[in-house]
Amino acid sequence: MTASQTYVFDGSEQGFATTRFEDLLNWAQKYSLFQYPFVTACCAMEFMALASPRFDMARFGAEAPRFSPRQADLLWVVGTISQRQAPILKTVYDQMADPKYVLAFGTCASCGGFYDNYTTLAGIDKVIPVDVYVPGCPPRPESVIDGLLLLQDKIQRGDRTPGIVKPRTDPRVVASQLATGHSTDVAHAQLVELRTSKP
Amino acid sequence: MSKRVLQRLTEVFGAAVIETHSQHGDDTAVVVPSRWKEIAAFLRDDEKCAMNHFIDLTAVDYLNRREPRFEVVLHVRSIEKLHRLRLKARLGEPATIDTLSGIWAGADWFERECFDMFGVEFVGHPDLRRILMYPEFVGSPLRKDYAAQHTQPLVEYRPEAVGKLPPFDEHEGMPFGRQTHDRVEPRVNALGFSDE
Amino acid sequence: MEPLDIELDDGELELPNEPMQVNMGPAHPAMHGTVRMVVDLSGETITKVDVQIGYLHRGFEKMCERGTWTQVFPYVDRLNYASPMLNNVGFSLAVEKMLGVSVPERCQHYRVVLGELARICDHMVCSGAMAMELGAFTPFLWFAKARELIWDVFEEETGARVTHSFGRVGGMAQEPTANFKSMVRAAVPAVLALIADGEKLLLANRIFLDRVENVGVMSKERAIALGWTGVVLRSTGVPYDVRKVHPYLTYDRYDFDVPVGTSGDNFDRFMCRQEEIRQSARIIEQALEQMADEGSVNIDDPRIVLPPKEDVYSTIEGTIQHFKIIMEGIKVPAGECYSYTEAGNGELGFYIVSDGSGTPYRIRIRPPCFATMQGVEEMIVGGMLPDVVPTFGSVNMIGGECDH
Ligand code: SF4
Repeated sequence: MTASQTYVFDGSEQGFATTRFEDLLNWAQKYSLFQYPFVTACCAMEFMALASPRFDMARFGAEAPRFSPRQADLLWVVGTISQRQAPILKTVYDQMADPKYVLAFGTCASCGGFYDNYTTLAGIDKVIPVDVYVPGCPPRPESVIDGLLLLQDKIQRGDRTPGIVKPRTDPRVVASQLATGHSTDVAHAQLVELRTSKP
Repeated sequence: MSKRVLQRLTEVFGAAVIETHSQHGDDTAVVVPSRWKEIAAFLRDDEKCAMNHFIDLTAVDYLNRREPRFEVVLHVRSIEKLHRLRLKARLGEPATIDTLSGIWAGADWFERECFDMFGVEFVGHPDLRRILMYPEFVGSPLRKDYAAQHTQPLVEYRPEAVGKLPPFDEHEGMPFGRQTHDRVEPRVNALGFSDE
Repeated sequence: MEPLDIELDDGELELPNEPMQVNMGPAHPAMHGTVRMVVDLSGETITKVDVQIGYLHRGFEKMCERGTWTQVFPYVDRLNYASPMLNNVGFSLAVEKMLGVSVPERCQHYRVVLGELARICDHMVCSGAMAMELGAFTPFLWFAKARELIWDVFEEETGARVTHSFGRVGGMAQEPTANFKSMVRAAVPAVLALIADGEKLLLANRIFLDRVENVGVMSKERAIALGWTGVVLRSTGVPYDVRKVHPYLTYDRYDFDVPVGTSGDNFDRFMCRQEEIRQSARIIEQALEQMADEGSVNIDDPRIVLPPKEDVYSTIEGTIQHFKIIMEGIKVPAGECYSYTEAGNGELGFYIVSDGSGTPYRIRIRPPCFATMQGVEEMIVGGMLPDVVPTFGSVNMIGGECDH
């Protein structure tokens, strides 16, 4: 829950908190996403890695796969969707109950990737709306987790505009590069600054 | 080693073998399409050849480069004798040739794929239908005159999704590819969608 | 545990039933999202099945005709995405065969080591996924953990976890890193230990054994006629392994065994894979032993291999050479060839036609599991519906490769 909307009263015997009902609902929802993995292609390899011990998606309350779309509220589209697959994807999406969210995992799902040809759908947003795009071919599990957190954030805020996982730079790397003082490093740091500063 | 297979083939079939070569060590025989099946059966059954292991069947489209236009290419090998052979037949349009699915069970799907991708008709095939593309698809995508970008969608696109949707901007991503494929007339598929 | 095996043969216990048609997939979790099976059932017995593939057709062959020869590498990565490195090696060898060159010995050993690491990953993914589909989740987690160890090595060497695009015509994209040998030597025993742990869980499990033994049987003769290769063929008892029968790279210099099965059922396929992992580990050890620490991994031919980056920026020859290779592509002499290697699933062949330009005229991939998939129909007809899952799992169908 966002701090500004939640008030916790200390000192009383039971302890209670006040919040808006929607916030509570959103909060509950964002930590109990039931996912339907629509897994088709190479990105599945990273999807497996994401579910396995090292990256462990379960930490974010999104580990329970439901293989029936009717019981799921988060659709992971993992991999290339061909024109032949598109009607199936659409059916699965239509079968899901509201509120439903879609996460496009990988470049292929986001925009078709480098399969710009007769058989591939150029991004699933051509047929279903998408909430979060995670670029990468395949994306690293870290960036997928980033995407999941972004989605949770959006759920909390009740924001349905599509979002995209942006590239990140490790602040420690930048700091160490600055310390060594190479000109390219400075340029790099400036770039990073530009990218992160507010318009 | 499989030079002997080529020799034997020319001995037995004489003029039906149009040409042979062993470029890069791959022994190749080009045969007349009318005796395709007969030669394949011989390769499998003859003791000296014993080509029982089916490997691959495909086609190549030599549009505007060679006449006749298509070449059907078969690769087989022998489990016991360890030799390999490439057998080719040249076909004009309409491309039809006998099926080999009765000789090697494996040819079944490979012929379906060839039919799907090149539109080569295999006479006598028990179940010749598309395998990789959907039945509504029109045309043969791997022919050189099929434009690579020409899609035939099965579901209607969302009306707002004509161009790029936010958060992507209109100029993100660009078409690439060096070889220009001549664009053909837009085709319309069963649902009435066309490319243009 | 005897009372579990009730004899149902006399038929009186069976209820009368009507034939029924069931659609499995493509959105069925055990179908990897890319295969649809239309199954005709009588009771629980399968009478007819139509296996439909093609849900992941991505136009690989058409895409190859659009760029230079080097630009094909990212596409081959994504064919068998469980072991991209083996595809990279296979495709580089194919183009090198066309060019009539062979890479330095150091590179050959390097390719072998990376390839065998990829093969271990491939087999682990298959066994783990198969076990998971049968309900055994823990072995999958262990195999996934072991895979991470190998991927760490790959990431260090190539910069990518899954899709490396690391092969090049005439060499590799980079030299081995300084710590390559010690990293591999540290990773492999840990991987083998994890695999042994996972395997122990499965092989002592009656449910698992009951579901795989004598299920999905395939005979030798049919397997050969169907064009099967690789593990699935060896499980029927045919010792055909490209690495042994037609050695490429330096495979003739290593001492390794080719495990074969006897009955061609799911259990044999599973066990062959497990044994191959151990054989791969043996190969890796020997290859590391024989691999030199110094020397180039690329051939010395300015028409094929890119110059070092420093030369590109500092010498005019380097710049021109770089420009020619990037913009026009490597000129491969006109002609055709078929080159084959042992990939994760069997014989991965590339039939290449060149017209002498920098762009491939036609690249045909011979996907091993395309041939395997057409045998699945025979394996499951006459069996029970639940047997579809282990049978399908054990043939290791990889969508990207099977559907091109
Ligand atoms: S984004 Fe890349 S890795 Fe993912 S499915 Fe597409 S091609 Fe495969």
